[in-house]
Amino acid sequence: MSLVNYATREITCKIVYYGPGRSGKTTNLHYIYSQVPDDRKGKMVSLATQTDRTLFFDFLPLDLGSISGFTTKFQLYTVPGQVYYQTTRRLVLQGADGVVFVADSQARQLEENIESFQDLHANLSDQGIDPRGMPIVVQYNKQDLPADLILPVPELSDAINFRGAPEFAADALHGPGVFETLRGISELVLRRLSATGSAAGAAAAGPK
Amino acid sequence: MLVDARARFENYVVGSANRLAVAAAHAVADAPGAVYNPLFIYSGSGLGKTHLIGAIGNLALQRNPDLIVEYVPLEDFVEQLHAAIAGGEMERFKHRYGRVDVLLIDDMQFLTGRRETQSELLRLLNTLQGTGRQIIMTSDRPPVEIADVDERLISRMSGGLIVDIGVPDFETRVAILRAKCEERKVSFAPGVIEELARVDFANVRELQGALNKLGAQQSVDGTITPAQVRGLVGAPDPAPAASPTAAAQDEFFSFLTDIASAVAAHVEPWKVRVGESIAYWGGEGYRTTALERLMAEKSAPANYEALLRGFGQAVEQLRELERQVTTVDPTLGGADLFRDPERLGEAASFVESALAGAVPPAGPQAAFARGAFEESGSNQMAVRAADAVIAEPGHRYNPLFLAGPSGVGKTHLLNAIGNELARRGGPNHRVACVGAQLFIDELIAALQDGTVERFRARYRAADVLLIDDVQFVASKERTQEELFHVFNHFHSAGKQLVFASDLPPKQIEGLEDRLRSRFEGGLVAQLESPDRALRAKLYGRYLSDAQMPSTPELVGFLADRPAASVRELIGTVHRISAAAEARGSALSLDIARAELEAGGITATSAPATVRQAADVFFLDDEKIIWEWPDAGARLVEELR
Repeated sequence: MSLVNYATREITCKIVYYGPGRSGKTTNLHYIYSQVPDDRKGKMVSLATQTDRTLFFDFLPLDLGSISGFTTKFQLYTVPGQVYYQTTRRLVLQGADGVVFVADSQARQLEENIESFQDLHANLSDQGIDPRGMPIVVQYNKQDLPADLILPVPELSDAINFRGAPEFAADALHGPGVFETLRGISELVLRRLSATGSAAGAAAAGPK
Repeated sequence: MLVDARARFENYVVGSANRLAVAAAHAVADAPGAVYNPLFIYSGSGLGKTHLIGAIGNLALQRNPDLIVEYVPLEDFVEQLHAAIAGGEMERFKHRYGRVDVLLIDDMQFLTGRRETQSELLRLLNTLQGTGRQIIMTSDRPPVEIADVDERLISRMSGGLIVDIGVPDFETRVAILRAKCEERKVSFAPGVIEELARVDFANVRELQGALNKLGAQQSVDGTITPAQVRGLVGAPDPAPAASPTAAAQDEFFSFLTDIASAVAAHVEPWKVRVGESIAYWGGEGYRTTALERLMAEKSAPANYEALLRGFGQAVEQLRELERQVTTVDPTLGGADLFRDPERLGEAASFVESALAGAVPPAGPQAAFARGAFEESGSNQMAVRAADAVIAEPGHRYNPLFLAGPSGVGKTHLLNAIGNELARRGGPNHRVACVGAQLFIDELIAALQDGTVERFRARYRAADVLLIDDVQFVASKERTQEELFHVFNHFHSAGKQLVFASDLPPKQIEGLEDRLRSRFEGGLVAQLESPDRALRAKLYGRYLSDAQMPSTPELVGFLADRPAASVRELIGTVHRISAAAEARGSALSLDIARAELEAGGITATSAPATVRQAADVFFLDDEKIIWEWPDAGARLVEELR
């Protein structure tokens, strides 16, 4: 998927929220959905299990209207965090322009976070995408939980964010940090416009 | 019942939603019975109706303590009425209300269905209004919407002023809460009141309840913060609410603003230009591979603007080529070749060969010069019309239809017009001059080859069309069909059409009306048999052309002889010159007279005439088969 179509004057941006199960990826999308005026958002598609966990994926199309003459659309996806949905994760990751890694700030979830972040890198590499070329930001979610349950951001950063990606503390349930994260990844993605252009270039660079 | 003393105008917060109602209430309290009688106030529950009418009562009493002010909720009024009826004290009831100066009735909506109350109330209102007492009523809906109420009572209620009170806006809510805080002598941390006012309560009563709750909570827990407000009053958090508040939407719009500046910073203007061109030319149906290659460049090519311009020019050239080729054959237009600017050269050579291969319709025959055509009374109109057509093709007579018997010079005149127009129009002026028979034959051939389109295009490409012997199209439906379309094409384009026929359009049998009327739409010019003047002119010329002596006597003698056609004159000249040759002397009047007048006798036998007029070689007996003495014996082959 080409990010910028100069001929049809469209910018389409696919952003995937990635992270371990129950880290709050869908909550991020729900919060964004609640803040977007009705005329700008498409129907949020959510395929959830009976226990309200994401089974396949969530999809939230956002119509940002005309920006610099370009019809700009953001498509936000989540992947199912649970380990056994590996195939779905890869599928959703295809053609992504940027990835938000949503980490669970709870101390007892640290291992899952690290595993999931590695899983992301593995999946990108498998698709022939150089993870270093892929815009990624990291969100430390659930910062609203009592301090004795969660790890402080610097500690999480040390453990998870070995790449030094832009990082954001967030409380996706109530909103703080959600739009900051989206803004962060959007800017990273758009910045790549001027650097040789499209996601196609990055895809070609990786090993097949 | 007495009015609640706490209900005063001073503690009634005025906002945009209740300003009119308050102004009306104040006016009524200032001068009861003088304005707005009755005053009817309606609003949803808990928005301050009761407070407002209480304030009226209190202010009226304050202004004039002698007034009798009665406040009664309708339910109480009904009870009192029932009790009075039951106790046989109706008179006392009537007297009690009959002396009231200001009557305040709350909750009029409960009148629904209560017939006796309605009639008693109607009577009471009549009494009070008749004596100039003030009536103020409230309801949760306007009078007409109170169901099942006597029409007369409704009109009575509506007779004064009806005002409503709306839900207070944010600022009014803040003012209400502040007023209540002062009243109750409680204070909150900064922002608490505002946060509470933001909560979406349906009415002021609920708002007061929430304020009371916060006050109570504060007395237990100590100072509360704005963040706690919503939780304490049990209001949903604004964030997950179905409709985000204006403040919350700011988050999205600030995100949008940031994205917009990021896009503006990263989108490359030259790619936008190229993209626009691709979209435009692609939309026009042209292949844009060249531009797409340009787009794939990593950075702006130095000359990209020149390349874009060049692409546009190439497209223009393709369009011109396409236009040219469609004049030859419309089916060639729209070919892929004309959609790809990269194949411009190919397209140009294709068009060149197509144009070369196309044979334009035949032109006029050069031998028929306008200068050689003599004018006289018998053909004057046709000749003048022809000259007008030559001077202004397509303007004066279109079509020009030349009609006249055989041999009077129609073909000559037709071709002469063609030659003149071709000469004046220059080399690119295409004059098509064909016989109708040729037109028919070409059409048949085109039908055979399936190239009718090309056939049409050939004719339509001409600037002038002259058709001789057009009477031949009679009864040929398909030809007439084609001629009809060609005619229309020429006529609507203002291109000259000239036809020649042995009969005027009216007399051509088998000619479709649509063609007939079109032929007659211009000028039908008749050419008659040559008159004496013309005959004299022509004989003079023909004789000198044949290098014969043309004495006035001879020409006069010849011109006196009637002739149906010019062709006959030529025949006469040939005949007398042959006769003179046979006699071995120069042509003279005598020879001519002897030949023609003697011929007048022998002229009944055509072969004899031929014998005398033609040269010796031609007079060989063997020339003419039917004069062979033994034709049957000479046959080499048997007829099959």
